[in-house]
Amino acid sequence: MTTLTPAPTPPATSSATDKVLRRRRIRREWGQPWLYLPLTGLLLLMVTPFLWMLSSAFKSEGDIRKLPPDLIPTHPTLANYRELFSSLDFTRMFANSVIVALAVTAGNLIFCSMLGYALAKLDFRGKRAVFALVMATLMVPGLVTFVPLYVLVANMKLTGSLLGLILPFLATPFGVFLMRQFISTLPDELIDAARVDGCRELAIFWKIILPLTRPALATLGIITFLGSWNNFLWPLVVAQNESQYTLPVGLALASSGQDFTRFGILLAGAVVVLLPVTIVFLLFQRHFVAGIATTGLK
Amino acid sequence: MPPSTITGQGTQEREAAGPRPAARRRTSVLRRSAQGRQARAAWVLAAPFLALFLAFMLLPVVWSLLMSLTDTQSADLRTPLNVSFIGFDNYVRLFEDPQFFTALRNTAVFVLVALPLTLAAGLAAAVALNSGIQRFRAVFRVGLYLPVITSIVAVAVVWKTLLEPHAGLVNTVLAWFGIDGPAWLADTRFALPVMILMAVWRNLGTVMIIMLAGLQSVPQSLMEAAELDGAGAWQRFWRVTFPLLRPALLLTAVTTGIGYLQFFDEPFVMTDGGPLDSTLSATLYAYKQFGNGNYDVASAAGYVVFVLIIALTVLQFRVLRDKD
Repeated sequence: MTTLTPAPTPPATSSATDKVLRRRRIRREWGQPWLYLPLTGLLLLMVTPFLWMLSSAFKSEGDIRKLPPDLIPTHPTLANYRELFSSLDFTRMFANSVIVALAVTAGNLIFCSMLGYALAKLDFRGKRAVFALVMATLMVPGLVTFVPLYVLVANMKLTGSLLGLILPFLATPFGVFLMRQFISTLPDELIDAARVDGCRELAIFWKIILPLTRPALATLGIITFLGSWNNFLWPLVVAQNESQYTLPVGLALASSGQDFTRFGILLAGAVVVLLPVTIVFLLFQRHFVAGIATTGLK
Repeated sequence: MPPSTITGQGTQEREAAGPRPAARRRTSVLRRSAQGRQARAAWVLAAPFLALFLAFMLLPVVWSLLMSLTDTQSADLRTPLNVSFIGFDNYVRLFEDPQFFTALRNTAVFVLVALPLTLAAGLAAAVALNSGIQRFRAVFRVGLYLPVITSIVAVAVVWKTLLEPHAGLVNTVLAWFGIDGPAWLADTRFALPVMILMAVWRNLGTVMIIMLAGLQSVPQSLMEAAELDGAGAWQRFWRVTFPLLRPALLLTAVTTGIGYLQFFDEPFVMTDGGPLDSTLSATLYAYKQFGNGNYDVASAAGYVVFVLIIALTVLQFRVLRDKD
């Protein structure tokens, strides 16, 4: 950068040079200063709903409607949460959401990496057909399958259990696509060397490949967990009563059932749904972003 | 070099012509058993996924199509095979139902407005973050991405309180400027646009993150060469950067479009399709038909949306793919 410094100039113009230099320095350190204004505006637009939710959920109903609203509650209260967890079975719904999301994530990590490895590195008859078949369903929307799935699950007598929420999501084409792409980039020599050393085929997958796919597994795990945590249509269709509701179902029915007047309780419910994933996101945001950007998919 | 000597096949053939049949037999047996082991392992690894996939994906996809050609009702739940084949009657019924047309129109408006807006906003944010500013990049990146990870249901509940006509934050802020805000979600003119803006708000972060990754992979030398050739910033972006971003943009456009065509959570929570069906989406229509026990019509509606998804994807590939 020093090469850009102009040669010493006569004192008459030195203040002008100073100005140019200062402008250059600002540009180097800040970029285009005017851009901060629209970007800050956009940022405020993005986070205001969350701030409003967080602060209102700790206010009494009267304080929520106070004009202008306080950012920090003047009389903070947990009454909304107390009522939420006593009038609705929110503890149960929270547990259901966690159980379903964990089971679905575990299933996808295992089953998708197994098939992904077979498709990426093993020779077998019908490989192309299997791959084409799985990929052909990548774009099939949940809207197309939910009616027959409901009939199927109902006939398996699973509508009254969490299994009905878990089973249809245990193995997804997207996971296979992601794992196959990642495993294809691992060197074949690793596998050949293991074979020469007498390692059995399944052991190669378990002991050599799986540990190497950790970055892809992390990405798939995050995406799958979030997808399951936020999933709404299927749990809404299949859950029969409150004991199988997940958080979004419980919250949506609470918000539409009664007349929509109790802001405090609903916002407290939204906090319970949003806060866990938001905290995890803020802690691991770098991995999140790297994973999502490399897959190029949600 | 003749091609046969390169491939393993050729080596085997040459060995076959050689004078040591016993050794050859041994290697080929070894090889065949190794291949058999590999194939067996592959099927063992594939089996759990394929079993679940057949039962919960392939079967429903086919069944749904068949169901849309029958008169399946909720009464047939326990005897799903005991139904009559009625051809395309359900599709005829759908397209004679003005409510389905309304649902399709709302879905089309939602997708055709929200999708370009989301892509443009996300791309603009990415460019601003990548080359416009130097400080606080991480803050902006995390803040703009935050809504993406959230549950639409929870976010819709929050927005519903924000948009409440009397005590909501939006109308309070508007009142400071002397504007009398409408009852957003109870007004046929505003309910759908509000959901469109909410979708852009929630999803622009996805586009931004993927575009940021793309922008960072544009080689600096290319930009410098363009600059030397006298290309201005505007030209550099549209002639050099944008073509390099196009494949990633296409992928985001396709996945976002598939999501938008199925929008359901927002109207379910915020308006239940109202007022006067102005926010009734195709998915909400199918869900309501399902709720009324019309499994056949719900399946047919699902397939119509499926066809639209394929059409939109093909269209996007045409518009956004590299033009050679």
